[in-house]
Amino acid sequence: MSHIAVLRVVSKLLIPVILLFALYVQFHGDFGPGGGFQAGVIFGSGFILYALIFGTAVARRVVPAAITRIALAAGVLLYGGVGVAGIVLGGQYLDYSVLADDALAGQHLGIALIEFGVGLTVAAAMITIFYVFAGQDRGPEDAEQ
Amino acid sequence: MIGGHLPVLLVVLPLMAAPVCVVVRRPAWAWTVAALASWGAFVAALGLLLQVLEGGPISYPIGGWAAPWGIEYRLDLVGAFVAVIVSAIGGIVVPYARSSIEREVAADRIYLFYCMYLLCLAGLLGIAATGDAFNLFVFLEISALSSYVMIALAQDRRALTVAYRYLIMGTIGATFYLIGVGLMYMMTGTLNMADLAARLPEVAETRTILAALAFLTVGICLKLALFPLHLWLPNAYTYAPSVVTAFLAATATKVAVYVLIRVYFTIFANVDVFEAMFLREVLMALAVVAMLSASAIAVFQTNIKRMLAYSSLAQIGYMVLGMSFATLTGLTGGIIHLFNHALMKGALFMAMGCVVFRLQVASLDTIEGLGRRMPATMAAFVVGGLSLIGVPLTVGFVSKWTLVLAAIEANMWPIVVAIVGSSLLAIAYVWRVVETGFFRPTPEGAPAVAEAPLSMLIPTWLLAGACVWFGIDARTTLSVARQSAAFLLGSGP
Repeated sequence: MSHIAVLRVVSKLLIPVILLFALYVQFHGDFGPGGGFQAGVIFGSGFILYALIFGTAVARRVVPAAITRIALAAGVLLYGGVGVAGIVLGGQYLDYSVLADDALAGQHLGIALIEFGVGLTVAAAMITIFYVFAGQDRGPEDAEQ
Repeated sequence: MIGGHLPVLLVVLPLMAAPVCVVVRRPAWAWTVAALASWGAFVAALGLLLQVLEGGPISYPIGGWAAPWGIEYRLDLVGAFVAVIVSAIGGIVVPYARSSIEREVAADRIYLFYCMYLLCLAGLLGIAATGDAFNLFVFLEISALSSYVMIALAQDRRALTVAYRYLIMGTIGATFYLIGVGLMYMMTGTLNMADLAARLPEVAETRTILAALAFLTVGICLKLALFPLHLWLPNAYTYAPSVVTAFLAATATKVAVYVLIRVYFTIFANVDVFEAMFLREVLMALAVVAMLSASAIAVFQTNIKRMLAYSSLAQIGYMVLGMSFATLTGLTGGIIHLFNHALMKGALFMAMGCVVFRLQVASLDTIEGLGRRMPATMAAFVVGGLSLIGVPLTVGFVSKWTLVLAAIEANMWPIVVAIVGSSLLAIAYVWRVVETGFFRPTPEGAPAVAEAPLSMLIPTWLLAGACVWFGIDARTTLSVARQSAAFLLGSGP
């Protein structure tokens, strides 16, 4: 669809806004409606829009499957790691209060990190699912090369 | 310091090792990560069992939020025992998996197998550790979703269809469980199991709670494949990679039985579900039908993995039967059979995995005279088979003896007849394999095969040896099972 100028121009205008909105939902999530899951879906949809308009081959150059694979794992590891940090710093698993000097700041930091982990994994998962469906003829593995 | 965090480390270790497998990606490294994590989980589970035996149930508030508001991990004797079973099987299966998976799963997907295996392990251990009814649902889904993927990883294309069918049935089961939890939450406003137990008696007579109990029972029975909700199981076990079958057969259905025990004896501890709501009659009837019909079907199978899958259905009947007595001896029999059946089915499926490793398929036609070419593998099968029948000096005898005692105590002689009848059918199907494997001549032109590699034989024999060891000296296992049963039947959680 990359030959239709209107689509190309509009999507180029929209994608930065989508990504920015995703970041807003992400970082606003600990005090207002939103959070990692929603932000991850919105962030991922920005890339999916790009892939729909300019083709998956170009999108794969922007976000190769190797990166989404590592992002998928990194989000989960960040989530689990915050929990383990709670233990190391002398609290219970996932106890955010010990993460900073003051319990409130610790809770804030903890939930922000957790939500970031969720957002990272969800965005990567959305993109990966799209890649796998878009590249039906080739498996996700060949696509990486 | 670390001892106090064991309840959560038990789950977090495999959970965090899973994404590491995805990052490292090389089969050998992913295997190392999986092995270290499962052995670590086994050590943690053993430590927990010792702690519980010494000082009673352990409670761990996640994030420092006290129960019943926060999620509580609560390990009592039953939970710790199940965690030890699951992690021990995991620790034994991983070394075995290395060669077997190379043969049965595409090379570029091996790391995915280890990732999924670790997630499944984390889910199963989480079910054993958690004291929160909703958290249990989450772990139920983690373990189920990863097992669908593990089954679908087999190179046989039929595995995709059976994994999909399993997905549908498993999702229905999990949804029913969730509806049941939702209904209980509606009436009590709590999700913590101990808190639920305290609040349920007030509302036990309402239709909502009756519906919740029905949804929970049907949902979990789908997961544990109790007759007539078993249709997904035989195919799933037949077409999955051998390691996956061995792991799931030895752990997943056992954990589902554990969930059922949890619901009846912890959540509904203060409500008389067995007498007042006819659950005893229903469960007992279904268990007996499962024991007899599944064993009878197993006799006519030619694919040995499928035969063992049907035999698993019968064995699940024994566990549910033991539970449905709701007496000390009966529940002891059910709980000890969890452990014993994990050992024997693990050994049997792993022996067949060795056959599949050499011959691609384990059916009665391919194993003619195999006892001479793969003696160690087939001998392990015989030990497991004897256990399945319930020959004295094997674990099967211990379970069946306890169950027979329970039936006699309850004055239910027909049940004794059913147990003996099901064992006779077990002799029939095990004998078919033994006869074909050892007493038929090797057919002309049969492929000359060597024994399976040691990395597969040693784990197989470890489990087969355990079948005999715990059959001769059942004191430890029986005492843990009896204490668990007494605890469950006692004052509740």
